[in-house]
Amino acid sequence: MQVRTLSIGSIRRWTLLSAAVGILASCTSPNSDDVRVKSEKERKATPDFALKDVTGATVKLSDYKGKVVLLNFWATWCGPCKIEIPWFMDFQKTYKDREFAVIGVSMDEDGWDAVKPYIEQHKLNYRVVVGNNEVSQLFGSIDSLPTTLVIDREGRIASMHLGLVSKKTYAQEIEQLLGTPKNASQSGALLAPGGEFAFLRAK
Amino acid sequence: MTPKPEPLAAKAGSAVEFKLPLQLREGYHINTNMPPDPYLIPLRLTWDAGPLTVSEVVYPKPSLLKVEFFPAPLPVFSGRFELITRFRVAASAQPGLVNVPGKLRYQACNDRMCLPPKTIDLTLPVSVSR
Repeated sequence: MQVRTLSIGSIRRWTLLSAAVGILASCTSPNSDDVRVKSEKERKATPDFALKDVTGATVKLSDYKGKVVLLNFWATWCGPCKIEIPWFMDFQKTYKDREFAVIGVSMDEDGWDAVKPYIEQHKLNYRVVVGNNEVSQLFGSIDSLPTTLVIDREGRIASMHLGLVSKKTYAQEIEQLLGTPKNASQSGALLAPGGEFAFLRAK
Repeated sequence: MTPKPEPLAAKAGSAVEFKLPLQLREGYHINTNMPPDPYLIPLRLTWDAGPLTVSEVVYPKPSLLKVEFFPAPLPVFSGRFELITRFRVAASAQPGLVNVPGKLRYQACNDRMCLPPKTIDLTLPVSVSR
């Protein structure tokens, strides 16, 4: 579904607009508050990435295999993202001893100049990396925030949410996945990067 | 279809006003030019200097939106609104048609999600006379 957000009116003394068609912003499908953990058969492998955290250390998503991961794409300018951040800090604290981790991927254009002050000011207790277009494309183009994935212990996408959903929804999904035995069925063949997220585009 | 713009008429040495009408899709809002949270991205309309220079850009009165992530109601623009630019035309401006390039930067959200910031290129055709 395409959503156009802003248009320039046509008036008498008009202007236009090299490349002005670009003013019509778009976003992806509506979101849902439903708990929607996929069955193990339906889960696809998560694309891998390696990005630096605020200390300069590399965060490689595949290194988290064996843990349940909440992967949150966000930005410092995104209001709904800021509602979720305290929840994710709670999850990080509550579930840290149960092989669980939150990873935040900031999509701020200004990179660490914007993100570092924010994570220091709000004392984020989970790892944050700065994303880029390449990583966004790996996940089928992240064009609305927040976008959050819950990843199972085998590194497969168990659920994905576009936009703000409730804390309860995430808590239920995490609990469900933490309850999954570590030796659950193996993941299937790897897909081409991004392919499993093609539905995100919906354009 | 590309609209055939009617140039803005401007006399050399005078002041001239241009209104840019905008409309946001229902349910969406954008930040004002002076959002109270420094992390929010302001609406910004800018024009390149040339025979016309900007004396001021007038933004409308915002509406207030209660949001969970900020302690006070957030001033935002939504629906239909206009941005007014007041230009000064140089006394030395040569008669004829000039195109004034500009940029509109904004970032839109609804109550559940935000879209990335965008910058749109604008061109304002101006017919300068003596």
